Amino acid sequence: MPMNFKHRDIISIKDFSKEEIEYILEYAKHMVPYAKAEKHTTLLNQQILATLFFEPSTRTRLSFESAMHRLGGSVIGFADPSGTSLKKGESLADTIRMADSYSDAIVIRHPQEGAARLAAEFSEVPILNGGDGAGQHPTQCLLDLFTILTEKKKIKGNNVVLLGDLKYGRTVHSLAYALSLFKANLTFVSPETLKMPKEVINECKEFGVEPVSTSNLEKAIKEADVLYATRIQKERFPDAEEYNRVVGSYKVDNALLQQAKQDLIVMHPLPRIVEIHSEVDSTAHAVYFKQAFNGLPVRMALLSLILGGKKI
Amino acid sequence: MKELKVTPIKDGTVIDHITPGHALKVLHVLKVPESTFSVVSILMNVNGKKGKKDIVKIENRELDPKELDKIALIAPKATINIIRDYEVVKKHKVELPKEVIGLTKCSNPTCISNAREPVESRFQVINRDPLRIRCYYCEREPEDIAAGII
Repeated sequence: MPMNFKHRDIISIKDFSKEEIEYILEYAKHMVPYAKAEKHTTLLNQQILATLFFEPSTRTRLSFESAMHRLGGSVIGFADPSGTSLKKGESLADTIRMADSYSDAIVIRHPQEGAARLAAEFSEVPILNGGDGAGQHPTQCLLDLFTILTEKKKIKGNNVVLLGDLKYGRTVHSLAYALSLFKANLTFVSPETLKMPKEVINECKEFGVEPVSTSNLEKAIKEADVLYATRIQKERFPDAEEYNRVVGSYKVDNALLQQAKQDLIVMHPLPRIVEIHSEVDSTAHAVYFKQAFNGLPVRMALLSLILGGKKI
Repeated sequence: MKELKVTPIKDGTVIDHITPGHALKVLHVLKVPESTFSVVSILMNVNGKKGKKDIVKIENRELDPKELDKIALIAPKATINIIRDYEVVKKHKVELPKEVIGLTKCSNPTCISNAREPVESRFQVINRDPLRIRCYYCEREPEDIAAGII
């Protein structure tokens, strides 16, 4: 069924139906040769994407910018708000009104939850949420789903272990929701103080998925098809002491992976610090760099659907 | 002999069918006593036809619709009776709208709705009984709704 995404905001994965997500993922597959520059397009010629990054980012910002350039468009924006009027006390609403008049779409990353939703209220052009505090990061969620789909050929029925900071980690909240929508089996592994919030677990249950929560990674890894590790995010902790107590709680290394299924894939939204040993990089389990690449075709698919309103 | 605990009021508002134990929260929402010099009567854990309930009577003050919405957040089954010259001239049940705007603050301190931005707080009602609301901006559900009431 054809779907119309033209001028649509991308704020939260919860704004999309399963069919819409499937449609985007399918179109992202089509975008892979364009992302690899094996094919070329000028679909978004003369269009401008504004990237407003109020928080540091490497992959999200670069892949959005690369996606826009690969589609023939151009990019304006900032990666550090210190040189902008925000330092003079300008509200986010006013910043958005300004960027709106200079561009055809806006990508925003902001440290406060709900910032992208607010931006969408003040913008005439579509807003793409590049991560709002500990809230939503829908394009990361889509690229995570795309990675599981391309590596495992399906999402439904996979045993997915989400590991690490499940309390503050925004990627795992969106992903737990989306994986439940697709009826994957979920196991949450975290230190006691960083457990998955109750409201996320309740959302999973609303889709008929009963997540298992544990602190025992060795046990959880045995049946896993997908291990999704996350960084313990220092910047989200209210105090350093709590952070120091839990950092390094889990480590994925070859000794651990010996207990896993041969076709287990290990994912990570990156950057990683100590969660995955570098010795894992050269194993067939490691897909996190491929996952980072997948951000490109997924974001190209979104930009072309939102701005072009059509497929290539 | 029938014992008369609280006398009828001549003019004002009677809020009936308040969830038992919530009468003081209703008064907090209505900013009583700070906002009024009226006589206010409170009955708690009164035996009614459908079980226990609280009742609040405020003399010489008729509640406006925005105040009713606020009450709905903490006492969703309450009924409001407007009294004039000892007669009930208006009676209605509080009704929670689909969206609750500008009535209660988001409990998440890092929600953008708590920043200096030109927006009011906004919540979607996702369940009425028990009441659950979700912030339109940060998507969190406050646990203690009454605590955030503006």
